[in-house]
Amino acid sequence: MSSTLINGLFVFILAAFIGFEVIRRVSPLLHTPLMSLTNALDAIAVVGAIVLVGRHESRLSYLLGMLAVIAATSNIVGGFLITDRMLKMFKTSRPTQP
Amino acid sequence: MNILPGTQPIIEITYLVASVLFILSLKWMSSPSTARHGVRAGEIGMLLAIGGTLLQHGIVDYKSIAIALVLGTGIGIPLGLVQMTAVPQRTALSHAFGAFCVTLVGTAEFYLRSPDISRFTMAVLSAEVILGSLTFTGSLMAGGKLQEILPQRPLTYKGQNLVNLVLLTIALAGAGYLVLHPGARQLFPAIVGISFLLGVLMIIPIGGADMPTVISLLNSYAGLSAAAMGFVLDSKLLIIAGALDGSSGFILSVIMSKAMNRSFGNVLFGAFGQVQAATVAGQEARTARSATAEEAAAILVAANKVVVVPGYGMAVAQAQHKVRELYDTLSKRGVEVRFAIHPVAGRMPGHMNVLLAEADIPYDRLVEMEDINGEFSQTDVALVIGANDVTNPAARTDSSSPIYGMPILDVDKARTVMVIKRSMSPGFAGIDNPLYYLDKTLMLFGDAKLFVNDIVRELAGGGNN
Repeated sequence: MSSTLINGLFVFILAAFIGFEVIRRVSPLLHTPLMSLTNALDAIAVVGAIVLVGRHESRLSYLLGMLAVIAATSNIVGGFLITDRMLKMFKTSRPTQP
Repeated sequence: MNILPGTQPIIEITYLVASVLFILSLKWMSSPSTARHGVRAGEIGMLLAIGGTLLQHGIVDYKSIAIALVLGTGIGIPLGLVQMTAVPQRTALSHAFGAFCVTLVGTAEFYLRSPDISRFTMAVLSAEVILGSLTFTGSLMAGGKLQEILPQRPLTYKGQNLVNLVLLTIALAGAGYLVLHPGARQLFPAIVGISFLLGVLMIIPIGGADMPTVISLLNSYAGLSAAAMGFVLDSKLLIIAGALDGSSGFILSVIMSKAMNRSFGNVLFGAFGQVQAATVAGQEARTARSATAEEAAAILVAANKVVVVPGYGMAVAQAQHKVRELYDTLSKRGVEVRFAIHPVAGRMPGHMNVLLAEADIPYDRLVEMEDINGEFSQTDVALVIGANDVTNPAARTDSSSPIYGMPILDVDKARTVMVIKRSMSPGFAGIDNPLYYLDKTLMLFGDAKLFVNDIVRELAGGGNN
């Protein structure tokens, strides 16, 4: 087993644990915005696509990379936008927030 | 190879900061009062990560990157501005886009590197592409069902699960062969094709009522495929983001399937449509009582405590704003109105909360199932708007019912139950609801939006004198 794999697994397992602990605490009230937010964050895959486009190593990798950047960017922009729109709507009947 | 000496540590640091911001972003989602900071944190993290990536060595074609970013933004903005009722299908579509991106990058990496791919890299690359492509077509199917382009009823045929299992085995076997012989390029398109097909076939038998679980599961797959991509590219940032998304989707799927008293396997491999036949037999003719808007208004205004139970029918009828008017009118008359939210009400996790928040109903009036169930016995009126199976007492009492054991909202314990419904026809899952035949139950037949409007008008006209 390469050290890359071991390092990757360490990071993956620890991040998954953090994910479980953090997301367990998210109020069910916000499950829909949670999903659109994680969707936007997941579109960080755009970094891999940007490298493909920027390096332009082959025609195929360039074309696939272009499509991938477009798809991921639309998720980033759309995901953050709609999450914020949804969260803006959640108001309390109490006059001041604790 | 760096543009400038010393850029690599800078790139790594932007990725590290972005990872921290992503975790904070999710942490701040724990409460509505901090959640918007979470969005900011996520946005800053994303900008940092993209900025850092642009510094990577070997990147020459900045113009194309800019064009793709602009085009993506152009598609993203309208997708961020859809109506709140369209959020479930928008979410499915964005799962599809995310998975599409991952599949494309995996495919490009394969053709760039093949045949010099280590076994480990080929294994995670296969996982990335198989998960990515089945999530892509699966999410498109789910989105099509939610948008009602495709039939929402589960489509089932004999041997469905066997076919899916065989396809998955073939895809995995192909991937296994590629791990040993990464030069066998001709196999790659076949694996992608089979995974595309598998995604379609997996979602075909799933009905609308199961969508909350399925959307969460697809969310989890999309995250895991991104994490696999992180292994391929040796990017810790991607592994972290993928793991966070994967665990989020997983937790939501567990919550959703628990709320339906079904296992994952049951949701994925046993379409709801198949169990219908058992329930039809042996129904004697029972009668339900109906009432007019005027009668309903009189009962509501005489109540002290009212609990509204919204369901998918409220979303379909777009009745949430009229429901807000009803809430305002009753609150002004001193009636305490709250909303009981079942975890699987609607078509995705948290669907009802978003619709009611959109209609300006304060979120502290929205109460989760566990917290409100004990209070139905002190509730004067339970008003069910477009919800069905989540209120079906057969889930508690009738062990032959397909939904037996599913946690429900105990609306039948309220003193009076009123149900707004189009007709007596059974709900989505095709299961009869004994709630409608109770002596305390009044059926209010009609479109949810129009009927609530009528009640509000009665309250405005009839009262105050």
